[in-house]
Amino acid sequence: MANNPLSMQVNMDDFLPATDEEKEYMVQMRPSSTFFRDGCRRLFKNKVAFVSMIVIILITLSSIFIPMFWPYSYKTQLGVQPGHPVDPSFNNLAPMEYSTTEQAAMERGESVFPHFFGTDDHGRDYFIRIVYGTRISLAVGFFASIIVLVVGMTLGSIAGFMGGRVDMVIMRIVDVIYSLPDMLMVILLASVMRETLGSALEGTVLQAIGSNIISLFIIFALLYWCSMARLIRGQILSLREQEYVLAAEATGAKAGWIIKTHLIPNCISVIIISTALQIPSAIFTESFLSFLGLGVNAPMPSLGSLASEALNGITSYSYRLVIPALVISLIVLSLNLFGDGLRDAFDPKLNQ
Amino acid sequence: MAQANETPLVDVRHLKEYFPVNTGFFKSIPLKAVDDVSFQIKRGETLGLVGESGCGKTTVGRTILHLYEPTDGEVVYDGRPIKSKADIDWFRTKSTMVFQDPYSSLNPRMTVSDIIGEPLDVHHMCSNPKEREERILALMDRVGLNSEHASRYAHEFSGGQRQRIGIARSLAVNPEFIVCDEPVSALDVSIQAQVINMFDELQDEMGLTYLFIAHDLLVVRHISDRIAVMYLGKMVELADAEEIYDHPLHPYTKSLISAVPIPDPKIARANKRIPLQGDIPSPLNAPSGCPFRTRCPHATEACAQSMPEFKEVSDGHFVACHRTAEVN
Repeated sequence: MANNPLSMQVNMDDFLPATDEEKEYMVQMRPSSTFFRDGCRRLFKNKVAFVSMIVIILITLSSIFIPMFWPYSYKTQLGVQPGHPVDPSFNNLAPMEYSTTEQAAMERGESVFPHFFGTDDHGRDYFIRIVYGTRISLAVGFFASIIVLVVGMTLGSIAGFMGGRVDMVIMRIVDVIYSLPDMLMVILLASVMRETLGSALEGTVLQAIGSNIISLFIIFALLYWCSMARLIRGQILSLREQEYVLAAEATGAKAGWIIKTHLIPNCISVIIISTALQIPSAIFTESFLSFLGLGVNAPMPSLGSLASEALNGITSYSYRLVIPALVISLIVLSLNLFGDGLRDAFDPKLNQ
Repeated sequence: MAQANETPLVDVRHLKEYFPVNTGFFKSIPLKAVDDVSFQIKRGETLGLVGESGCGKTTVGRTILHLYEPTDGEVVYDGRPIKSKADIDWFRTKSTMVFQDPYSSLNPRMTVSDIIGEPLDVHHMCSNPKEREERILALMDRVGLNSEHASRYAHEFSGGQRQRIGIARSLAVNPEFIVCDEPVSALDVSIQAQVINMFDELQDEMGLTYLFIAHDLLVVRHISDRIAVMYLGKMVELADAEEIYDHPLHPYTKSLISAVPIPDPKIARANKRIPLQGDIPSPLNAPSGCPFRTRCPHATEACAQSMPEFKEVSDGHFVACHRTAEVN
């Protein structure tokens, strides 16, 4: 048919049946997006949180892998060799400085691994001590948060789900623990447990970890679960009223099933966020206990104990205080920023 | 209709459900949500339950299923009284519930196949994952859902589709008895019709028995064989669907039926509405005697004295009113 530009006639070519390809295209559905994927997308969009996450990952990986190939160990006093007189030139080296023995070796053409942060007053490589201290601090922070999570989640969900008298009792215990001064309790418990645990652990695997770290974990398990339990109780209380919980009850589901499949998955974002924010506070507590001398046992370094030891030589070797303090700040800051980013990304109430 | 001498599938006897309401530090008074309600549902029948908001319809449904522990009275299902935990567990495989709100009754973190498969998982009804999947797909097909949607989440669906998911879940255990708690009131009218017709078809195919709770009288009339009317936790009238529309006896039922909108304006104008005075009284502070007397145009002294008996006035037509004979 001739095409008259002024014609109002319908162009039949526009009304051809769709080809199979076009049909395929039309019925295509948006891929199902889950809550978790949405949250991750929002998290990666947030630059601050993303950078913090990378910093955390870098610090964690380096604290795990560097000690594996580093030529120095955190407890070897480099000046003390069996069968040789003590070589004091290894003690108190400045960053990148070499002892007289090492300088002699270098003149002979041997390669000597540098001391990036120098050595401490016992002649131990300070860099590896910092890395090891970071490892201990991170491990304490991580495991303490897990303990807090497990205890808090169990008691909180029981209190929220059972309600009534059980709820009353658990929440009054929480109130009592809240009303006690934290730090006083921590110091008291730490010093008492050092005495009692020290002998009990002898000869077991746990001895290597040190009674102080174990007592630190116990302190966290005893004192710091309260806010987590309160949080989860509140969540469970509101979720329990949802109709899908009633629907599960109507099908005959038991309490354990309801908690496991309906309640916990629906408050998992809150749980992850508060655990992420719990880690820095655990690291802080550990550092400060170590600083007071209640933390890790002697040759084992932690960032707090390194800072505390550095206090003695603060005028001559101030970098020994500055470095662990910087590392603590970096870890705590990036964990906090990451936790905030997680909350922004996953908390449904902040989405709008 | 089924024969009268057959044993009823669900026999509700003097059911009471009181909720304690704290009024002071140690004081609490009972809120009589359901007060002495008795009725029977025959196998294959649909009993419609209507009443105003807050009159205890939903509570009746939930108490029958023992989601709330009944304060008093009993439910006899298929000749077996539901008392012990074992009875309840058994009862839960025979009876299910469809909820009002298709948004809050589906867990947002579960896929459609997990939601529908939940009753199967709870009762360990499938021996292997393949059988489970087949049953879920069959259920989805039965309620008119596309099987491609099995791995999607509930928030990706419209209200009508969500309600279909809820219905598929309630059918998973092959129940005999379903309590439908206002299953269409959250849907718009065109979807309501589809869902109601689906309920009808499912009943024919699977021989289901429904307790259909609603406040929309037209919907109830369409689907029910018999209709029960509740007011303030008590049952005031119970009769065949047509009978209750054509010859309502209780003044409250009359008023309710006169309020049903009629699509034809001529008939609507000819029909006189019977407006009720005042509001529904608080169930915490229910009037003495007949609960309806404060709003009843025919109330007398006697109505304040005693609660009228729920008695059969004609074949299968029960009413609770002192003045049935005089007023009608």
